[in-house]
Amino acid sequence: MNLLELLGYFNYWVFAVVLSVGLYTVIAKINLVKKLIGLSIFQSAVFLMYITMDKVEGGTAPIIQKGMENQIYSNPLPQVLILTAIVVGVSTLALGLAIVVRIFEAYGTIEEDEILDAD
Amino acid sequence: MDLTPHLPALQVIVPMLSAPLVLLLKPRGLAWAGATAASVLSFAIALNMALIVVDGGRLHYDMGGWAAPYGIELSVGAFSALVLLIVTGAAAAAMIAARPSIDRQIEAGRQPLFYSAWLLALAGLAGIAVSADAFNIFVFMEISSLASYILIAGGPDRRALPAVFKYLIMGTIGATFYLIGVGLVYMMTGTLNLADMEARIVNVTDINPILVAAGFITIGLALKAAVFPLHVWLPNAYTHAPHMVTVFLAACATKVAIYVLIRFDFFVFQANLENHSLQFSLFLMPLALMGILVASAVAMFEGHIKRLLAMSSVAQIGYIILGASFITEAGLTAAAAHMFNHALAKGGLFLAIAGLACHYRDLRLDQLAGAARSMPWTAAALVICGFSLIGVPGTAGFISKWLLIDAAMDEGGLAWLLVAIIIISSLMALAYIWRIVETLYFRPAVEEPAPGEAPLQLLLVTWLVALANIFFGLFPQFPLALASAAAQLLMRHTL
Repeated sequence: MNLLELLGYFNYWVFAVVLSVGLYTVIAKINLVKKLIGLSIFQSAVFLMYITMDKVEGGTAPIIQKGMENQIYSNPLPQVLILTAIVVGVSTLALGLAIVVRIFEAYGTIEEDEILDAD
Repeated sequence: MDLTPHLPALQVIVPMLSAPLVLLLKPRGLAWAGATAASVLSFAIALNMALIVVDGGRLHYDMGGWAAPYGIELSVGAFSALVLLIVTGAAAAAMIAARPSIDRQIEAGRQPLFYSAWLLALAGLAGIAVSADAFNIFVFMEISSLASYILIAGGPDRRALPAVFKYLIMGTIGATFYLIGVGLVYMMTGTLNLADMEARIVNVTDINPILVAAGFITIGLALKAAVFPLHVWLPNAYTHAPHMVTVFLAACATKVAIYVLIRFDFFVFQANLENHSLQFSLFLMPLALMGILVASAVAMFEGHIKRLLAMSSVAQIGYIILGASFITEAGLTAAAAHMFNHALAKGGLFLAIAGLACHYRDLRLDQLAGAARSMPWTAAALVICGFSLIGVPGTAGFISKWLLIDAAMDEGGLAWLLVAIIIISSLMALAYIWRIVETLYFRPAVEEPAPGEAPLQLLLVTWLVALANIFFGLFPQFPLALASAAAQLLMRHTL
């Protein structure tokens, strides 16, 4: 694989790196809010993957206009899918933060090791 | 008006639309009644569909009138009908019994919210089972997961909060892995419909992305299904959840993930990927065997009755995965039948524990000593369901254990090892169930004896489930017919 081909997959490399950064943060951090930040980064990587695969070179939004019927269009389906996935991600994050708030109320800390010691 | 063609859609719509309505019913008796009505209606719908598809038929429904593969297709076959029966049956039984236990654990003002989350979890789980669209399954999976996080964290036990946080993190990672897998398959095939995927993968020239997708999907769903060693979220979440939530989720939540795992692997990948069956078996069979042995061993030494049974759930998930990893009709029949029978046994056990919990605040085994003397009926139901979990002849658990051993005998050189492991783990189950029986019946009480039986409503449902364990042990025809129709359908797609 030559350099150009490697660069051609630039978005997918970014996807892999961001995915790993997110997953590492979730595993390595003991602060619960930082874990949630990691989870969000992890999910964003997947959004990037979906958006990348629907892009057609020179493609525009798939709206058919008079006199411009021969346009190349990008695939709108992955964008719609990822819109849904973003909503799911936001709800998960909101619920996760709500749980962190309740953990803080119950334990007085949001560090995982201190919570484990408390019980 | 004939509603039969609309049943697959109604299965999801009934609980989903009832969820916001229940919120409006402020007097808490009404909220409970509304949620119960919706759960029982869902069960009736599932039963109706199961009777239609038991002969190997299939119900299709095109959402919004858009035909597949462009629209979202709902499709119910024997396998999904079996899973739907488990999900809605668990929800309905737990909901009918729930009120006395919920009144003790959840403050009155928050109860409508709790019931609403319950119905959303039910809608999500049912949605996973009816949907034939990979992305739709993801959305329903997240609906059910988010709702079950709320349910688990809803109780008075503060230890539920770190447990549910761990569940949220691992569950989201699992779902995201599944999403990556679906994305990769979509990239190569351009479709999200499962049947259409199967047809189109044949024409894919570069098979590597599909292989990666199979890995992501299998691991993501194994996380959701708590396959050993990805089960670490399960014991604490089940132990500290409100007791009725444990009944509901322990009976069906992980099984739905196993259903998606089996369905995806058999429908989409088996027929198309060379050596996929070998990889599937080689990956899952050792995990299943380790899960069966390790989790049973941990359960033998566990001191908290709910955590003990949660560990046993991990072992039982091992049995189901083991049956599926044989990739034979007999193995899949055993796996599907064990899903049903384990739901009956574990649901009954947790119902009985919810009964005990009405009088015993601390559910460690030491504190429960002698409980059978003051609560003989609850304890007796617990013993019957426990026997079913072990696989004593005459109970439902025996049927699927027998089928599993029967399927394992066909595995050639491995057969004796597999049979030995199944029998050893059954003996371990005998050991941990006997510990419970011994504590309840033969040890002198340390606590003051409970003032009486569990509330009648709870006790009746517990006994209904316990008797169902015996009934399906003696007359297993109906679940077995569904299970073997499901296995035939799955095997038809295998190379």
